Amino acid sequence: MNSTKRIQVRLNGKDRDVTSGHTVQSLLEAIELNPLAVVVELNREILDRNRYSDFDIREGDTIEVVHFVGGG
Amino acid sequence: MTTTDLRATPEVSQGLDNPLEIAGVTFTSRLIVGTGKYTTNQIMVDAIRASGAEMVTVAVRRVDLDRTKEEAILHHLNPQEFFLLANTAGCYTAEDAIRYARLARAAGFNEFVKLEVIGDDETLLPDVQATVEAARTLSDEGFKVMAYTNDDLVTALRLEEAGCVAVMPLASPIGSGLGVVNPYFIREIKRRLEVPVIVDAGVGTASDACVTMEQGVDGVLMNTALAAADDPVRMAHAMRCATISGRLAFLAGRMTSREIAVPSSPRVGMLD
Repeated sequence: MNSTKRIQVRLNGKDRDVTSGHTVQSLLEAIELNPLAVVVELNREILDRNRYSDFDIREGDTIEVVHFVGGG
Repeated sequence: MTTTDLRATPEVSQGLDNPLEIAGVTFTSRLIVGTGKYTTNQIMVDAIRASGAEMVTVAVRRVDLDRTKEEAILHHLNPQEFFLLANTAGCYTAEDAIRYARLARAAGFNEFVKLEVIGDDETLLPDVQATVEAARTLSDEGFKVMAYTNDDLVTALRLEEAGCVAVMPLASPIGSGLGVVNPYFIREIKRRLEVPVIVDAGVGTASDACVTMEQGVDGVLMNTALAAADDPVRMAHAMRCATISGRLAFLAGRMTSREIAVPSSPRVGMLD
């Protein structure tokens, strides 16, 4: 297995190279986000946060990671 | 003063008022506040505690992957202490508002959403057609929809029919601080709807909150009036008092106003 292979994804509106083989869970950990403090949409599908490990990140995926901010 | 003191509203415990109930959830405070635009998070938390509000609004946004720690509201606000009402602020279509509401619900706190679909960028007035459409879809999906709308009675009735658990007409445009520009229509909406009516947006100062509650509505929602005050914490205390004052004045039933003077002291018994 070539562990250094990189794939391109669109993460929060920006194109990013990430290591292949990530799940949503491991990607969040890699970018130092608490998986329990965010909500993730993968290719417009909202994911169950208890199942982030079940979703693999693939080339060309669009990922949105959101949270609550101040608002009225 | 502690948070508990501010929330232990004697008005409710003394039987002067009933608690506010929205879709089976009970609130002793009739004031709902936003969390946006404060200069610091500490001032936000202090102001919200001073307001006595139990329900607070939050927005759904992308995590800024370069600096995440400061902006996440839940680093500062304890979700055990406040009932979080996520909004769909910034959405201009029913589809977007539905998407944001679903994202908010996936955060796992509750099924409530403050539905907001903006129709005009300059006035931030709502797109009422899209709001009704989104309200129907979200209600069908089990959301408890509290819909921001204008002060139009027919739209308010449609939103109630669509399944909204509260209808929230504006006092005046968002962030304007103009107060209640149309008290008559606010009263009409309150008179005709069965679900709670919460006036949302436009309150500028304490007298506006008081006048709002004097119309007989169930609650008032504000953000900028606190966040943009010179002293948000002091203004939050003022808003808490004004909301209670207006509510009690409404329940008490005001005297009939006249355009002539009537003395308060007896006319008889005067000395020669």
